[in-house]
Amino acid sequence: MSKIVVIDYGIGNVFSVCNALRKIGEDPLLTNKSAEIAAADRIILPGVGAFGKAVDALKSQGFDEVLKRYKETGRPFMGICVGMQMAMSHGTEFGDHDGLGYVDGVVARIPSVTDDEKIIPVPHISWGRLVATQGGEAKWNASPLGGFQSGAVSAYFVHSYHCVPEDKSTILAETEYGGHRLTAAIGHENFIGLQFHPERSGEIGQRVLKRFMDL
Amino acid sequence: MRRRIISRLDVKMQHLIKGMRLEGWRKVGDPEEKALRYYDQGVDELIYMDVVASLYERNNLADIVERVASQVFIPITVGGGISSLAAVKELLAVGADKVAINTAATKNPELITDIAGTYGAQATVLSIEAKSLPGGGWEAMTDNGRNHTGLDVVEWAIEGEARGAGEIFVTSVDQDGTGLGMDLALIDAVTNAVKLPVIACGGVSKTAHVTDTFQKVDRLSAIAMARALHYDQVTLPDLRVACADAGIDVRDIDSERAALVAEVAS
Repeated sequence: MSKIVVIDYGIGNVFSVCNALRKIGEDPLLTNKSAEIAAADRIILPGVGAFGKAVDALKSQGFDEVLKRYKETGRPFMGICVGMQMAMSHGTEFGDHDGLGYVDGVVARIPSVTDDEKIIPVPHISWGRLVATQGGEAKWNASPLGGFQSGAVSAYFVHSYHCVPEDKSTILAETEYGGHRLTAAIGHENFIGLQFHPERSGEIGQRVLKRFMDL
Repeated sequence: MRRRIISRLDVKMQHLIKGMRLEGWRKVGDPEEKALRYYDQGVDELIYMDVVASLYERNNLADIVERVASQVFIPITVGGGISSLAAVKELLAVGADKVAINTAATKNPELITDIAGTYGAQATVLSIEAKSLPGGGWEAMTDNGRNHTGLDVVEWAIEGEARGAGEIFVTSVDQDGTGLGMDLALIDAVTNAVKLPVIACGGVSKTAHVTDTFQKVDRLSAIAMARALHYDQVTLPDLRVACADAGIDVRDIDSERAALVAEVAS
């Protein structure tokens, strides 16, 4: 069985991520040990809460270096929610913070009004449809979202910030909210970031996790 | 805006119960079994409330939440008697995604900021029990509508937002369990006073109550139901059809499951 490691750095709903992995027949290893992370076949970096706090928790425990070395092996690496956002070069939630820098770009606050100035509730909390970007269908099909038609399924989002990469071709999926397109998933090299919570997105989320395990 | 449909499960000890106007509780089933059923029928979220928790000043739902969270893969909010960061930690560690706080927050509003600062705004739901006042407006109540706080519901929601809550969950004490429809004036007032997502609860016994409320309050994020679902006054499949007919965007679990099957076949 392939070794799937869930990073335990004190931030994130690790219980639910492990439960969802068990549901699809995996035996996740929840760990904060560098050697176990380095030896993993696949890793998942969860995360909830504020960007700065999560990044600080990672860096203060030296995980940024461990994850960087893992990333360089080319093995599959998934970030969920703030675990995705931290892969960006920069975050602005509660002050400026440097991220892990796997993907160039920033983590920006979700616009709080529609184009015609109506208020949109933030955080964005909903089951948003996952939609491929224009021209991004091939990338979508090769990713853990592949197999679903663009727009055919939805997943659970809860976030106030979203990733805005410099290179738009890294965007794997978007979701519409208040007339704005928010980044729902990013794929770059061996990193896949999901803004939604696959562990809380029912059978759809489990299928995404299953496909990540099959990469 | 896509809306959410939520099942509210009131629990006393190990029993699922339901009252009227947050009183006269009766047993209506098993809190775990109902959760599995609603999950299977495509509910968007679950809210568990420990009805007797405030009396004992602690939440007793950790065991139920732990069992449900390993079988039900949608967000779970837990409320009732939560008055410390330690209590929040315990519930999040067994699979709750958010906690709803009411009584303790009215006594110590700093608790909202503390929970949001430690576990994130996304985990911090301010629960408000609203009772209409004879002279107009609503007062925030605690302990299932028994105790007064003197707080104006709309002002309290605004303060909760300022203190860092990520979501507001407002229950109409007057409408709860009556099946007489939702308090539209209350829901409209709270929803439009804050920029946070609002979940409204209390009074639903037919699909039209849900569609009317969503249509009249554009910015309302979610509606929670208890009795209507427990007694099959409203079923989730019927409700999705009614919402679709009324032009209200909700998750269409049937077409999504079909997409899942198609994916397996291909």
